[in-house]
Amino acid sequence: MSSVTIDKAAPTRTVKYGSMSRDRKWALRWSYFFLTLFAIFSLLPPIYMLITSLKSSAEISAATNPWWVFHPTLENYVGLLTSNQFLRFFWNSALVSIFVVTITMLISVPAAFALARMRFWGSATLATGVFLTYLIPDSLLFIPLFKVFALFGDWTGIQLINRWYVLLFIYPTLTVPFCTWIMIGYFASIPKELDEAAIIDGASWFQTLTRIFIPVALPGLIAATIFAFTVSWAQFLYPLVFTTSTDQLVLPVGIITTLIKGDVFNWGQIMTGALLGAAPPLIIYAFLMDYYIAGLTAGATKG
Amino acid sequence: MADVALRKVVKRYDDVEAVRGIDLDIADHEFIVLVGPSGCGKSTTLRMIAGLEDISDGDIMIGGDVVNDVPPKDRDIAMVFQNYALYPHMTVAENMSFGLRLKHYPKAEIKARVTEAARLLDITDLIDRKPKQLSGGQRQRVAMGRAIVRNPKVFLFDEPLSNLDAKLRVQMRIEIKKVHQKVRTTTVYVTHDQVEAMTLADRVVVMNKGRIEQIGTPNELYHKPATRFVAGFIGSPAMNFLPCRLEDVGGTLQIRLTDRIAFALPPARAARYNTLPRTEKLLLGIRPEHLTESHAHLGPGVESFDTVLDVTEPMGMETLVYFGLDGTPVCGRVDPNAGAKDGAPMRLAMDLNNMHLLNEATGAVL
Repeated sequence: MSSVTIDKAAPTRTVKYGSMSRDRKWALRWSYFFLTLFAIFSLLPPIYMLITSLKSSAEISAATNPWWVFHPTLENYVGLLTSNQFLRFFWNSALVSIFVVTITMLISVPAAFALARMRFWGSATLATGVFLTYLIPDSLLFIPLFKVFALFGDWTGIQLINRWYVLLFIYPTLTVPFCTWIMIGYFASIPKELDEAAIIDGASWFQTLTRIFIPVALPGLIAATIFAFTVSWAQFLYPLVFTTSTDQLVLPVGIITTLIKGDVFNWGQIMTGALLGAAPPLIIYAFLMDYYIAGLTAGATKG
Repeated sequence: MADVALRKVVKRYDDVEAVRGIDLDIADHEFIVLVGPSGCGKSTTLRMIAGLEDISDGDIMIGGDVVNDVPPKDRDIAMVFQNYALYPHMTVAENMSFGLRLKHYPKAEIKARVTEAARLLDITDLIDRKPKQLSGGQRQRVAMGRAIVRNPKVFLFDEPLSNLDAKLRVQMRIEIKKVHQKVRTTTVYVTHDQVEAMTLADRVVVMNKGRIEQIGTPNELYHKPATRFVAGFIGSPAMNFLPCRLEDVGGTLQIRLTDRIAFALPPARAARYNTLPRTEKLLLGIRPEHLTESHAHLGPGVESFDTVLDVTEPMGMETLVYFGLDGTPVCGRVDPNAGAKDGAPMRLAMDLNNMHLLNEATGAVL
């Protein structure tokens, strides 16, 4: 779009050195160059995965051009999609992700609203505290967390370890702080007069949240949802530690533990499994991208 | 509809007193404007009436009931904000009906009220648009519509026209006045623009530093200001304040402005000021329209003097002239054909029948 405008404008006026349009043109060229570089860099692995997933085990181990498929086959896909085990991993992952996203949103949206809008003693400190908890890496947390659940099992007799639903308690420690932080930012950008108008119109805090804040901060909500989903879908360390039985595993851990037998790597199926595993986030991104465009607040106030 | 009363209302933020004990009675159907410079506590006062700010001390009554601890939604008020505060995801109709829908009014009545308000504000064609598709003036109408459909006891306006350009502001000012003439709802309107205050209000409340300086009709404030602040705040260009003192010369009371300029006071004024000590430091308050070009036959109480103009500002229907009297800058308004020129000498006349005399130390109008 913008490059077209420049081309049209160029003949009608003399472009001076250092003028806006000349600078802009160069900025555009450089951004295209680096964007192309980045696209190649980030797309190569999935393309390589796709190529490998279409090969038979024999062709993968053969010394041919690894970037070309000579005898394309769907045997890896058929093999995985007819395996109850793989479908089980998929199902577990889906359950965990959907529940975690729901739990995260139910906690972080009201929390963010409270922290952003209801001025109470220590709310600012609490908001910073929420974000600080996110900065503690999971590799530091998993041992104490494991201990907590083990003790909980000893004391109550309720055994959560090695059950897929233990992840529903663990993942929110990662997702809730960050999503709350994102939502605080979005809610804080909503003009104060908007909730005051709602309050005068007779809305309760809850109605202000559901009928004004959530619709207005929808882009933020979607960003937070995508984040929570991605985190819970791709999480590897926690499920590796907390689940061991094959019927309790989620996709990332399941692929690694069942498709690598000793030192035998079933590359075809590993690549296929990884590709299939990457599909749901991709589809969700594609769907939500349209809504993920800021500017919904336009028109609320002057500006 | 209802009357509103404020009794010794105080607002403290930590150790700062934003509003320092305000007493105000607003009659039913009255249009009251709170006016003052920024930080004078006018918006805080409005927000306390709305219930958006707690009051630190005193009582606020709406319709005779003390509402100190009543939440905003139960005060039966409607507010129009400076930046409109329209719900961006709702259409104009949805924006206007939001409050009614929350209270579960029947659909037919909601529709009737919205239609009526839209007709009143001339926004019937915009009813299905989103706020971002509207111009500033249209958004402000919608914000007013949202207040009108609720049919509240009191309308509160918080600088509703400050975001509009000058032309639109004049237009919307007239609209607001028309709407008030039709719906007759008790209105409290906050502005820093004294022209808005004068043109809209039944009574104007001039505030300064958290206190009420004076309450009165626009004409009272203009012609009988109580303090230097009110005298200087109301009217544009502002009233001139010239250091002066009284002196008796041959049995008549004179006011001396400079070594060279002294005028005999008109009899009515002389009687009024006769008791003042002659040593007191005083200020002569005179509005620019009472400093005009001199004529051959001056009326009683009108005195002429010579000066050299610094700057002139032709406004079309009049020309503003600026000059100095003993270092004090003074503004006058002369006829555009009076021949006022930058840097030129001119003979001007001061109408002392419309003068004010102020105590320099206290600022009180004597």
